[in-house]
Amino acid sequence: MPLVLEIISPEKLLLSRDVDMVVIPGTEGDIGVLPGHSKLITGLRGGLVDIYENNTITDRFFVPGGFAEVTESYCAVLADGIIRQSDLDPAKAAEAVTAAQAAYDATDMNNEEAYRLATDRLISAQAMVDSISPQRSDKV
Amino acid sequence: MPSLKTLRNRINSVKSTQKITSAMKMVAAAKLRRAQAQAEASRPYAKRMGDMMGALAAAEAANPNAPALLVGNGRDKTHLLLAITADRGLAGAFNGNISKHVRLQVQALEAQGKTVKIFTLGRKGNDSLRRDLDSKIIGTKNFVGKKTLEFSDAEAIAQTIIGLFRDEAFDVCTLVFNRFHSVMTQTVTETPLIPAATPTANDNAAGDQNYEVEPDDGTLLDRLLPRNLAVQIYAALLENSAGFYASQMTAMDSATRNAGDMIKKLSLTYNRARQANITKELIEIISGAEAV
Repeated sequence: MPLVLEIISPEKLLLSRDVDMVVIPGTEGDIGVLPGHSKLITGLRGGLVDIYENNTITDRFFVPGGFAEVTESYCAVLADGIIRQSDLDPAKAAEAVTAAQAAYDATDMNNEEAYRLATDRLISAQAMVDSISPQRSDKV
Repeated sequence: MPSLKTLRNRINSVKSTQKITSAMKMVAAAKLRRAQAQAEASRPYAKRMGDMMGALAAAEAANPNAPALLVGNGRDKTHLLLAITADRGLAGAFNGNISKHVRLQVQALEAQGKTVKIFTLGRKGNDSLRRDLDSKIIGTKNFVGKKTLEFSDAEAIAQTIIGLFRDEAFDVCTLVFNRFHSVMTQTVTETPLIPAATPTANDNAAGDQNYEVEPDDGTLLDRLLPRNLAVQIYAALLENSAGFYASQMTAMDSATRNAGDMIKKLSLTYNRARQANITKELIEIISGAEAV
């Protein structure tokens, strides 16, 4: 039984295909999803979505954050957009971190909501830089 | 009886109007297709988001500390109407219907002793409502000159609305927009935004499935609720633009047909007048010849 992976942005369905396993970057840590996974709703931090087929990673996408819904037969990733890992641009990523850092520094620490948004943005930008040359090995 | 020259001018002017309306109809039809495709493409996200909201809200409904965006802040004194209209006219009663509905709603709510505020999205609605309800309009935004609607636009609006809610500018927020049923029908629809619709026992089918939630219900809802608001506004904006083009297409179609009818009528009058002139001239010549 294959697992259907859907990556959806508010504007459109970005990707929908059958995969053997997918690893998604949950807020509390990476989650590997195999077919038959128990029902789960989780927030996502910025990071890489790894698609496994035949025990190798066939595709890696960077997501800037969002949500994921997992059931026995499918995994739906709700993200703002995806970038293929090989297409990530170090210059753009560095720029995003600088901008996010500036926004973070300018944020009023007492405003819980704004503080959380700025933190999320910084973490997501940093994750983009880290995703360009991930520490994790590509081998399984 | 108007002279032949005025009739001819009249026919020509109606003809050029007809050319314009039929061109507008075709432009609207092309844009409608794009708007419809965009609305279609945004549905999977909205559906999944709705499912997740349903599952989480069901679990959270009984919680006394549930987020205010979900269950409201416990008051319903001040109402905010978020009215969505198009930025352009020439679309039949499309924009008028929204303005009319908002006016009726304002009257009904004020009769119940509530305070009403209005936030308009779209230029036409703002122009029309500001004439008599200017004091109630607390904000407005339009998309004049924007080619395609992006999600970030809706997100910015959602942020503004949430900001107003946190500052206690209003207690209850309702979205008023034209729902696109078909090319011929768009109906004015109201959707509650804040508090988000509380799920009823029937909606709870999803709740039985018992989702595991990470990090935890409250934290996730805090992130999900503003997002959901933006998604709903985005969906309404897309429905609005699809409905607008459909309505404009219908309006321009009937305008083209009316122009055709008018041309027919005017040509008939013109030909009669021309014929009468010829007959008159003939009679004059003949009677002149007889008199000699």
